[in-house]
Order: sequence, then structure tokens, then C-alpha cells
Amino acid sequence: MSIRERLSGNEAVAYAIRQINPDVMPAFPITPSTEIPQYVSTYIANGEMDTEFIHVESEHSSMSAAIGASAAGARTLTATSSCGLALMWEELYVAASDRLPVVLALVNRALSGPININADHSDSMGARDSGWIQIYAESNQEAYDNFIQAFPIAEHPDVKLPIMICQDGFITSHGVENIEIEEDADVKKFVGEFEPEHYLLKKDEPMAVGPYAVSNYYMESKRAQRQGMLNAKKVILDVAKKFEEMTGRKYGFFEEYRLDDADYAIVIIGSAAGTAKAAIDEIRATTGMKVGLLKIRVFRPFPEEEIAEALKNVKSVAILDRAEMFSGTGGPLGAEVTAGLYRARSKAEIVNYIYGLGGRDITVDDFKQIYDELADIATTHEVKDNYRYIGLRERGEQ
Amino acid sequence: MEKTVEIRWHGRGGQGAKTAALLLADVSFKAGKYVQGFPEYGPERMGAPITAYNRISDDKITVHSNIYEPDFVVVVDEGLLDGIDVTAGLKPEGAIVVNSAKKPEEIIPKLRGYKGKVYTVDARKISVETLGKYFPNSPMLAAIVAVSGVMDKEQFINEMEASYKHKFSKKPEVIEGNMNALRMTFEEVAV
Amino acid sequence: MISDRINEQSPWEDLTEGNKIYEAATSREFKTGEWRTQTPIHSPEKCKECYLCVPVCPDMSIQVADDESIVFDMDHCKGCGVCAKVCPFDAIRMEVK
Repeated sequence: MSIRERLSGNEAVAYAIRQINPDVMPAFPITPSTEIPQYVSTYIANGEMDTEFIHVESEHSSMSAAIGASAAGARTLTATSSCGLALMWEELYVAASDRLPVVLALVNRALSGPININADHSDSMGARDSGWIQIYAESNQEAYDNFIQAFPIAEHPDVKLPIMICQDGFITSHGVENIEIEEDADVKKFVGEFEPEHYLLKKDEPMAVGPYAVSNYYMESKRAQRQGMLNAKKVILDVAKKFEEMTGRKYGFFEEYRLDDADYAIVIIGSAAGTAKAAIDEIRATTGMKVGLLKIRVFRPFPEEEIAEALKNVKSVAILDRAEMFSGTGGPLGAEVTAGLYRARSKAEIVNYIYGLGGRDITVDDFKQIYDELADIATTHEVKDNYRYIGLRERGEQ
Repeated sequence: MEKTVEIRWHGRGGQGAKTAALLLADVSFKAGKYVQGFPEYGPERMGAPITAYNRISDDKITVHSNIYEPDFVVVVDEGLLDGIDVTAGLKPEGAIVVNSAKKPEEIIPKLRGYKGKVYTVDARKISVETLGKYFPNSPMLAAIVAVSGVMDKEQFINEMEASYKHKFSKKPEVIEGNMNALRMTFEEVAV
Repeated sequence: MISDRINEQSPWEDLTEGNKIYEAATSREFKTGEWRTQTPIHSPEKCKECYLCVPVCPDMSIQVADDESIVFDMDHCKGCGVCAKVCPFDAIRMEVK
């Protein structure tokens, strides 16, 4: 039975970590993810779990230690944000190419500069090509639920890839909300034991991890790595199904909110999806305009065909990015969803918005404005500026 | 409660406005509500103005934005009235509660023409009398519960007592003082 | 031998997960001796068996035999000449072959 609680997103993730009781957690504090290792340390000090916590001097070291521990055969996790993730950069690629199922609790925060501690997705979006599975949360509930599903996905023999469980800094990490948590025993049973076939501490099987690969091997090894990511799609859905059987809470690659009959759709990642839902309910109740939402949960692997299928009947779609890409033409989500719609020969008009950088708030009214724009574009078939901002101060508009 | 009640807290870093917002979320949750309690974060500096928020509802809350048109505003530090437009967006049918020894009539001129109800509570006096120290949290929490009516006063008292017993299990001597602070506030803030 | 199973002709499907090697000391199979352009020639009559050459060999190709003499592993010696350089007794010289 689920238990009603109220927790912040960081508390929820730390609670899940206590329930899972992994073998090793190397971590270095950085706002807004600091509370996660802090709460875990408290649980350990109180004897509520026996994870080996490794105090390291930087995030470069925390990810290095995580790689070593995971290769040794330990169920391993760490937590970080923003510049901490940036300092892990090299090791992110090593963890993925060594096929080590490390779990990273990422509390999304803007990357410097200017230095800023608030939420956007520039940290994880920058790491989108590192070979990590990425799963995002709208709420504390989803951060908790995604975290419980993380190890079963990452450690699956067909996958064996590291996984980032992302939530928006402060907005969910420090906000207290209602949440349903599961019994310790149920979580432990769901996650099971980590039993890798090969690991460094296996007594009778000496092995080497991370060998140099000359050109004759490198490309084949990257293709083999991709297979893990391709296989992850089925495993993510299988794990979600099992999770639904335990909790009744349903997950997929994305959530469709009132999208069935929608003419106008927004595609978005993270906590702002909840605000969009409130806008949708209000617009539908007051104007009857058919508006809907596609909230991305799984960004890596990218469910391109499934997204295109879900959006096949919409007249216009706005893709909202909480990260700059500096291609000059749009954000990362915008580029990938647009490519998917193009390959599916979609006729929908497409517009890409940048929002919420460095914690800039996005409101119900902002979403109403976007849906109005979508209705306009669908009628005129004229998209004058495919690369827009919402919530940006501009001359002449104040 | 027909809809979501939205509350905005104004305080100073280190004064406990964020903690008070989280406590209100906590006690409302125990009363069976859907809740949100969240601070508006910046670099944390002692004494700098800070804002915190609550949404309290009978229905699930999905909105994750800040609150721009609150039903209620709580000002934990009277000194903020000079520099900050604490009533910005505050609904006229709502109310504002200010921590002050003054009467509402003396505060109103500083509220930039706010037409709704204005309450004051002397959290310093209550706190010093009941706890011997200045902790404005408990009185301000009781004041907003009384003014907003988000929950029944008796239920609030019971939930807070249970919560204090848990929180102060190693210092039971402070429980009575805190409970007295809540009761005294209810008497002072007559709604 | 692992090189029978995985080599430069292997399709990607045959690689191990993350290129992990589930055997110890597989470098023995890789005969770097083929790279040699100069070969160390050992003069036992000059050798005092001080073994200074043993730890400096980058390929661990100089071993100490049971009779305490040194033995060169020509399957793996790349002919770098470090051993000849450190020998205080000119007991090792490099020869082009």
C-alpha cells in the first residue's frame, strides 16, 4: 500500500535511496542537490542504511569513484547539479562506454555564466550526447518514482548503461508537495539485488575494464554501446509496467495530457508541465479550444517515432526548451522533436520557444499566450519566427 | 474550500518565513489537504528580503509557478513594508497579516492603497511572553490559519501539538510555550 | 585465446560489453617483439646480475631465471634499449638486425 506523505523533491529522492540502500555513494555537495547526500549521510549516521559514503574533493572524483565502485561490482549512485555535472564530463562518457549502471540524481540548475543557482536544463542537455539514459520529472512524486525505476532499467542485462534521474532545481527539489511513497520492503523487492555477471572483485575471473580501443575497434564499440540505448526503450516500458502493478502509477516515454482530440499541442520537459496542465484545464473550460500537452519523461533514448505518432493529429505544436543550444536556430528539444515530425511527414506548424532560463518563472498566463499563438499559426500557416522566447524582456514591449 | 488558497510570505533571511511556509504546508497536509510550500530562492543571505509561498487545496495541485495574485499575504518583518510592495497582486477580497505591535489603522498608510482586510499580530510580545525569546514563526503561523480559515482552529491546535511533541521529544519543556503562543495569537487575531 | 574470438575483423556484435576483457594478462598474446628494429645482446661474462635492467624494462621482457641469470623475452621486447642504457657493466648492447 502506498503511504500518503509530503516531502520535498530532494527528501523524496533521499528517501528512495534509503529504501534501496545501494552499496556505494561518492558525492560532493553543490546547490540545489546538496540535500540529497546530506540526508543520505544522516540516514547512514542513524544506522538506517549501510551504504558506503565516500567523501570526495570534487565531482570529477565523485564520478570517478562511482565508475570504480560500479566496475568493482557495487550498486553505485551519486548526486549533483550544474557545474558539478560539468566537472564530471569526461567521466560521464567513461561510465557510459564502460557500460556501468551508475545512477545519478541530477537536480537541474543553470550552468555558468552568469553564475546562477536556479533551475534550467542546460546542465543535463549539455550531457545529452554522453550516452546516459535521461529521465525527467514533473513533480516530487515523479522524481521519487523515476528513482525507484532507475536501477532496474540501468542494470538490465540488455541495457547496462548509466542513468540520470532529473528534477528541476528548487521548483521541485525544495518545494514540499503531497506524495505517495511505497513500503521499504516493496521498494527493496522491486529493485532487487545487483548481480552483474562480470565485475572486478569476482574472485575467479580476473578482468580488465576500459581498455584502449584503436580505430579498428572504436567505431564497432560505439555501435555496440548504441544497442544498449536502443534496448533501453523496451526495458523502460517493462519496468514502468511492473512499477504500475506495484503502485498504480502509470509511466511511459512521455505523458499525454488531453492530447487525444487536441488541435494545439505543447511539448515540454519538467516541472513547468504541471503549470501547462492548469492552463489547459482553464482554456478548455473557458473557451473550448482544444489544447493539449506532451510531457517528455524519457529524453535518452529519444522516443522519436512515438512522439510523432502522438502528435499526428495536431494542427500546430510549440516545443519549449529550458536550455539554450546556441545553434542560433532553436533549443535541443526543439531540434529533435522537429526532426521527428519531419521524418514522420507531419503537416503541423512548428514553433520553438526558449523559456525559464536560470529560474525565470513561467506562468499559466504564459501558456495561454503560447496556445493563442498556436491557434494563430494554425490559421495563417505563417511562422515568422520559429525561435522565440517566452518571459523575456525586450525593448518596445514593456 | 472551493478552490486553491494561495499565500505569499515576506520575511528576511534567517527569520523563518520559509520554515513557517513549510510548517503551514505540513499542518495543512495533516488536515487532509493537497499542499505546496516553496521558497523563492536566491543566494541565501541573513537579513535579505525573501519570499515563500503556499498553495492549499482540496484538489491535486499541478501548477509550479510562483504566486502573483495571492489570496493572503503574511509579512513576518514590519520593516519590509517600506521597501517592498507586499500587497502587489493581493486580492482585495483577501487579507494581509503583518507582524507588528501597531494597530491595523497605523499600518494601512504603508500598504499602497490596499483595500482588503488588514490584520496585525504582535508576534514579538507573544513570543517573548510564552517562549522567553523572539521566534515569530509560531504566532505568524497561527495568525494566517485564523485569517485564512484554511483549516479549523481546533484541528490546527491538535495537529501542532502532535507535531511539537514529535519535534521536541528531547526538549518537552518548550512544547507548552509554543502551544501557548498559538492560543494567545488566536485570541489576539480576532477574525 | 581471446584474440581468436575478438580481433580486428570482428563485427560490432561480437565485442564484449564495454570492451571489457574477462581474462588476465591477455597482453601476452600480443607479440610486440615483432616491432623490434634493434635487439639487445646480452654478454653473460660481463653481467654481474645486479638486475638494474629488470625493473626499467617497459615491457617486463627481462626476467630472472631460476639460476639467477637474466633471460630476455623476445616475443615482447620492443628493442627500446633502456636496458642497455642503464647497465653499468656494458653487459647489454643493441644491435640492428
